[in-house]
Amino acid sequence: MYPPELLYTKEHEWIRVDESVGTIGITDFAQKELGDVVFVELPKPGDHVTAGESFGTVESVKAVSEIFSPVSGEVTSVNGKLQNNPELVNSDAHGEAWLIRVQLADRAEIDKLMTADEYEAFIQKEKAH
Amino acid sequence: MIAPAEQALKRTPLNSTHRACGAKMVDFSGWDMPVEYSGITREHMAVRTAAGLFDVSHMGEIEVGGTKALDLLQHVTSNDVSRLQDNQAQYSALMLASGCAIDDCVVHRFAADHYFICVNAANTDKDYEWIAQCNTWGVEVRNVSAYYAQIALQGPKALGIISRLTDRNPADLKYYWFRRARCAGVEGILARTGYTGEDGFEFYFPPASSAGLWNTLLDAGRAEGLIPCGLGARNTLRLEAGYALYGHELDEQTTLLEANLGWIAKLEKGEFLGRDVLLRQRAEGTPKKLIGFEMIDRAPARDGYGVCIDGKPVGKVTSGSPAPFLKKNIGMAFVPPAAAVAGREIQVEIRGRLAPARIVPLPFYKRPK
Repeated sequence: MYPPELLYTKEHEWIRVDESVGTIGITDFAQKELGDVVFVELPKPGDHVTAGESFGTVESVKAVSEIFSPVSGEVTSVNGKLQNNPELVNSDAHGEAWLIRVQLADRAEIDKLMTADEYEAFIQKEKAH
Repeated sequence: MIAPAEQALKRTPLNSTHRACGAKMVDFSGWDMPVEYSGITREHMAVRTAAGLFDVSHMGEIEVGGTKALDLLQHVTSNDVSRLQDNQAQYSALMLASGCAIDDCVVHRFAADHYFICVNAANTDKDYEWIAQCNTWGVEVRNVSAYYAQIALQGPKALGIISRLTDRNPADLKYYWFRRARCAGVEGILARTGYTGEDGFEFYFPPASSAGLWNTLLDAGRAEGLIPCGLGARNTLRLEAGYALYGHELDEQTTLLEANLGWIAKLEKGEFLGRDVLLRQRAEGTPKKLIGFEMIDRAPARDGYGVCIDGKPVGKVTSGSPAPFLKKNIGMAFVPPAAAVAGREIQVEIRGRLAPARIVPLPFYKRPK
């Protein structure tokens, strides 16, 4: 269910790290909690994001959810498809609906993130609440 | 102060039915209610184009009976109860002396001396206490909420679906009329009312029959596109239709005239609570007025966001949301009356910036005749 090649945050973001570039999105759990996504607001290439801080919002019909960056660094690209097709977040959260790519400032930050197994255990606990 | 003990959420008789079919449940003012089943957009569109079924059993019901029942209701509600005939209902407000509403409600007349009021779930207890406190006529007032479940079948296909299950075809039941009816073998009160902007029915019946009736209705309408709908779609549907939601467009600090509800304030009917304030406001104007707006900016407005005119703060968004049928981001807000002009540009504060929006006439959506 949760791809093993991704790392995860407690705020329900994922990151795929290829060498020094991280691709970031929200998890399938997060999109299900949100419901029908209708709007995504993202930074611009060249903006700086900081680990643990909000860099954008994903909005469903019902709710507004801030997105927190798993890592610090400079935004190298933004998924332009989401402006006109925000519903991709619901249909392919771990793939086509990636949000931004970031040039990692400090690779050591990814050591604090959860593996897929750890994340699954984490959301089971969340659901029990 | 000691914090109140955390109380268990109240449940409607359909709670386990919702959970069994995978509804997403939320705490809605103390009630464990379904917010969506298959997605708010899909549910919203089903009601606009086919039909949707809602559990609204959390709504409160208060019965008022006795020879002086009309006197009490004329005093405590804003609409003219004397205009009602047997089996007729009217949208109204339970009033305070301030001209503000303690709740909005639907008053149903069984008989000249017997009425049935449907009120908002979160307000049921305070409404009942307020009516009882205003009751100097010795009228019998009973909170009968526990004896009624309520479902709403809404949408252009609602009549066709329900007419196959009722003992008497409800096609002749006019808007805001009701009668006792048997639906799928369950005796109850069938009213041609709703909160979605579509044709439809609300059915009040004994809680024990809930699950059977719910499933029978869903089965009967499935081929025509009937699906279960949650409170999420109920909110977006009523917002498109421009209906007030208590606690948002209407509260104890907002008069009926300010909330564009002058049409349910029958100032010529004689004395009622808050009438003098409303008469004065009618003559002198109101300090604020409710408007509808649609976003020019791409971002949706949300409840509580600041509203500015020419960059100056004037109020807050009372309800704001993407509108699934209109495919726009819409909202309602209070502004100074002089600014309440359709076409005028306003700004909504969204995450620290001023996003442009435009005042538009209410309602946003009106169903095709």
